[in-house]
Amino acid sequence: MQPIISVSKLSKTYAGGFLALKNIDLKIHCGEIFALLGPNGAGKTTLISIICGIVTPSTGIVLADGHDIVRDYRAARSKIGLVPQELSTDLWETVWDTVSFSRGLFGKPPNPAYIEKVLRDLSLWNKKDAEIMTLSGGMKRRVMIAKALSHEPQILFLDEPTAGVDVELRQGMWEMVRSLRASGVTIILTTHYIEEAEEMADRIGVISKGELILVEDKTILMEKLGKKQLTLHLQSPLESIPAELAGYPLELSADGNELVYTFDVQHEHTGIASLLRRLGERGIDFKDLQTNQSSLEEIFVSLVRARP
Amino acid sequence: MNVYAIKAIYIFEMARTWRTLLQSIAAPVISTSLYFIVFGAAIGSRMVEIDGISYGAFIVPGLIMLSLLSESISNASFGIYMPKFSGTIYEILSAPISPFETIAGYVGAAATKSIILGLLMLVTARLFVDFTIVHPLWMIGFLVLTSVTFSLFGFILGIWADGFEKLQLVPMLIVTPLTFLGGSFYSIDMLPPFWRTITLFNPVVYLISGFRWSFYGVSDVSVGISLSMTLAFMALCLATVWWIFKTGYRLKA
Repeated sequence: MQPIISVSKLSKTYAGGFLALKNIDLKIHCGEIFALLGPNGAGKTTLISIICGIVTPSTGIVLADGHDIVRDYRAARSKIGLVPQELSTDLWETVWDTVSFSRGLFGKPPNPAYIEKVLRDLSLWNKKDAEIMTLSGGMKRRVMIAKALSHEPQILFLDEPTAGVDVELRQGMWEMVRSLRASGVTIILTTHYIEEAEEMADRIGVISKGELILVEDKTILMEKLGKKQLTLHLQSPLESIPAELAGYPLELSADGNELVYTFDVQHEHTGIASLLRRLGERGIDFKDLQTNQSSLEEIFVSLVRARP
Repeated sequence: MNVYAIKAIYIFEMARTWRTLLQSIAAPVISTSLYFIVFGAAIGSRMVEIDGISYGAFIVPGLIMLSLLSESISNASFGIYMPKFSGTIYEILSAPISPFETIAGYVGAAATKSIILGLLMLVTARLFVDFTIVHPLWMIGFLVLTSVTFSLFGFILGIWADGFEKLQLVPMLIVTPLTFLGGSFYSIDMLPPFWRTITLFNPVVYLISGFRWSFYGVSDVSVGISLSMTLAFMALCLATVWWIFKTGYRLKA
């Protein structure tokens, strides 16, 4: 299947000499939610800005739905909607006017019925005649999304969509993103909230210091790089780990009441059965047990820290 | 051609004018009316005729041109500077719009405002002084050409400016003095020969002279030269705008 976004050998060096992107290769599949993670200054916004036409690439090629973003910019840009990180809107415009303006900019004829649908979907219909300066931060964020959706894009870039947004609104945004995906829109989002990517993304890309260090299916990534831990709450505290259990990666809590076993979920034999057998043979009883899997955040931090 | 984009930018810019009607239209009309009262009616009545034209009528084209230049520059520079300042320029840069369409929207709206203003001032001037327009079509032609050319210049200024101070700098320190020294209130024939030669290096002389010719059929320099100079300045502005979009100067990183 042809990717809807194809980035090849993309680099960007800013006028001051700062190398923001280094030889990026990336393919985004049609209809997926792709989360681009990375620390501040990693190059996420530069990458998005180049694809959307805001920043000029130094080298490389970007295709949007098969159209070169430089040579065939009209066709490429008409497929793309962008919700930028900053709340950049004309404060004196009404919601209706600013969304209609965006639709016009992208070469679409007026369609009041569609604009109404977008505003209703984003719970902005009752504010359609309000000036943007009178809206709350969350509503302004939704206006930005409405503007990006006004020309019915196939690809939507969300740059930090829920930054500074309260928990309730964030949940609402996630719902909206899912429903957009269900309608066939491909979504690329950058976020600082790892749980956002964990919650929504199909695939994850990690960018650090201008390099795309990993692109992987989210579930595979978590299985591949994630670790699981089994915690046993003991009936009686231990003073130390018995010598015959030395072959197992075990840790004893400071009070001796918990034994933590770390295992690889990818491995055919996790070793849990034999460990429990050995404990039984030694007469070490436990009153409870639980397992934990490492979060995407832990995986992300370990990946970024591992880079020189 | 992305006609909807041109229309969207044009309507957006014109809406800004209607929102700030007092500042955009009323203020320049009132200040020019004051010029007419002071120089046309009060002082003008004691002045001798110039080229057979009463002083009050003589200054009408120059005063209209004075406002036309400053308003064209101000409208267009503010129009493109504000999106840069507020960050909304991202939408223009990411939209499927060609440089020509962007210019058509912004410069078209700025020039429209200036033309409306020029016509309003013409009507206002008629309330204070009698004058005739010998070549009305040429008058409209010069009005449109000057508005478009200086709106283009204003657009360049708005791209170049990285602060509100710079936005005011060129109109205040260069354009207004050149207009005052360009024959708004006098014929350059009234100057000593040395200063007359120096004045010919002032491009505004050609604009005012050509515009005045369309009113009274008399001019300081030939109308053909006036027209050529205006067109040459327009070509220079177009070339600069082309370079700006080609290189992304102060628009794209």
